[in-house]
Amino acid sequence: MSAFLSMGGYGAYVWPAYFAAALVLGLLTVWSLRKLKAEARQLERLESQLARHGERRPRPPATSQSAN
Amino acid sequence: MWKYANPRLFLDLAEKLLPWFAGLTVLLFAVGLYISLIGSPPDYQQGDSVRIMYVHVPAAWMALFCYVFMASASVVGLVWRHALADLAAKSTAPIGACFTFLALFSGSFWGKPMWGDWWVWDARVTSVLILFFLYLGYIALWETIEDHARAARAAAVLAIVGVIMVPIIKFSVDWWETLHQPASVLRFDGPTIHASLLWPLFTMALAFTFFFFTVLLIRMRTEIIQQRIRALRLAAIEE
Repeated sequence: MSAFLSMGGYGAYVWPAYFAAALVLGLLTVWSLRKLKAEARQLERLESQLARHGERRPRPPATSQSAN
Repeated sequence: MWKYANPRLFLDLAEKLLPWFAGLTVLLFAVGLYISLIGSPPDYQQGDSVRIMYVHVPAAWMALFCYVFMASASVVGLVWRHALADLAAKSTAPIGACFTFLALFSGSFWGKPMWGDWWVWDARVTSVLILFFLYLGYIALWETIEDHARAARAAAVLAIVGVIMVPIIKFSVDWWETLHQPASVLRFDGPTIHASLLWPLFTMALAFTFFFFTVLLIRMRTEIIQQRIRALRLAAIEE
């Protein structure tokens, strides 16, 4: 195990390269997923808000409905 | 293929593809990391430090691939006015910037034991650093220009002009005296490195590629949702 970790004496160079890749790609994934969730939630909120708004509005007389 | 330029159809397709891409990415990384770190022999000259190559080279390839992808999407967005192409280009930039950073970072950790220094102003290293700044500039353009259509155009022009860096990076090792070694895999006369080193390299490169497409789909979905939010807000104001 310690032979594996020491990487023939190059452990101090090999491991940081792999950890940096794991960290950067991991953070990019988490950031992208969180942004997707947040935006999806916001769209849902906006759509329900607009739907409610539409319901509350007094219905126009039947004749002018097509002009909308 | 063009019908997927319709955001609704694209969203349906993205939803179907995403679990497959994500699964393949995880699988390829699991296999790739195993053969990179355990299942492959050390190099006869570089010892175990050669294992840095399995992160460094795929990251560098993807840095260039993402840039070409971003510039191509920018051309489609600019010429044919495909809204999805602009979103694809915009979504690629942060992923490409991450790959470029990793290529530089892992290169630095490979350069220290092999060249004796963390950083050299070698033509290859310097041109990749410029590519990194190009990505940052592209992202900054999108962030600073308020109007979506204008931001898309300005960013597309930068992406297309910047594509000149791709051949410069590729051939920097042939055009200038560099410390960085010339290509040993993507050559006209075939790879010059041993097959035992090629397997982990290609597996990791494939893992990086599927990672890119997975995150790209996630980010493009986000962009389409944001576009819908903008449209709804605009409609609400106009009412």
